Amino acid sequence: MADLSIDDSRSVQSVVRDWSDDKQTFHVPWGKAMMWIFLVSDTFIFTCFLVGYMNVRMTTTDPWPYPSEVFALTLFGQSIPLILIAIMTFILITSSGTMALAVRYAHLRDKKKIFMFMAITALFGATFVGMQAFEWTKLISEGVRPWANPFGAPQFGSIFFMVTGFHGLHVSIGVIYLLVVATKVYKGHYDRKNNYDIVEITGLYWHFVDLVWVFIFAFFYLW
Amino acid sequence: MEVTEDPRGHAELGEPAAHAQQHPISVYLKVWALLFILSAMSYMVDYLDFQGYLRWSLIIIFMLLKAGFIVAIFMHVMWERMTLISAILMPPLVLLVLIAFMASEADHTFGTRVDYLGQPESAERIHVKDVLGEHH
Repeated sequence: MADLSIDDSRSVQSVVRDWSDDKQTFHVPWGKAMMWIFLVSDTFIFTCFLVGYMNVRMTTTDPWPYPSEVFALTLFGQSIPLILIAIMTFILITSSGTMALAVRYAHLRDKKKIFMFMAITALFGATFVGMQAFEWTKLISEGVRPWANPFGAPQFGSIFFMVTGFHGLHVSIGVIYLLVVATKVYKGHYDRKNNYDIVEITGLYWHFVDLVWVFIFAFFYLW
Repeated sequence: MEVTEDPRGHAELGEPAAHAQQHPISVYLKVWALLFILSAMSYMVDYLDFQGYLRWSLIIIFMLLKAGFIVAIFMHVMWERMTLISAILMPPLVLLVLIAFMASEADHTFGTRVDYLGQPESAERIHVKDVLGEHH
């Protein structure tokens, strides 16, 4: 029997013991383990998209459009490169910060603050989706289609709509998820069992959406 | 106000002490600020128009740092048991094999298009202002 006073939770022995002791392997709430399994599978989906993008970008002999110029905005009479995407990035990171605070207050059982920070997170998420809708509208009006665009390789349009569309869908679902859980927190639904694990689980999903954006930002918008 | 004991008694399973205790709010605020700075720096890579290997390595470095902080701190992975950490982080490693295979495949496809279909090896990239005009 291991000495419980010593923290060996990072050791190889702890992994062997967790997997072999004929009981629960992951010492976390089941919902959290399930969310992690889902997120790992989602990682594979997004990686397939990004690898597909890498493949078409490397194989096309057509010139790749300049994302920096395609996503520029004219502000105060000046064209600023990639500014829309930069603002979207900051909004999503801020929403991750407010979500982290909501999780922290969940541990403290501060319902008002949990609700407030989850609602703020959802608001940032909705703003992000709104800006993405603006971005899509702008590009479509300039003639970007999934099969062609005036700025170069047609693959640019297919990848853009597929990857940002799938990510935007994740953000939209996340906003709904956040609002549902926030409302339940506010109504005291989780007080019956004094179990606020759901806030941390929702947080995992939301941080993952932010994480995926980090990779999309780097490989699609900046590369 | 600090909650020192996990109400479901997870601590007795030998989890890290940090998990049962609460992290001070400053940890989150610091990481948050750091993510802001790293995002601003990756934006500057584009704004200052760095090109070539400098651009690609900076993009990758800032990306990995941001991803690392989100996963480790915001997603609490650094406070989990090794069993969960390895279950989360090891499966995605096989994706590196996929990336390597697809990159080599793409190289081959590109070469085939140039060598056998007579497509151009390098094409002039198109500036947006040449398509839409200076003020669109």
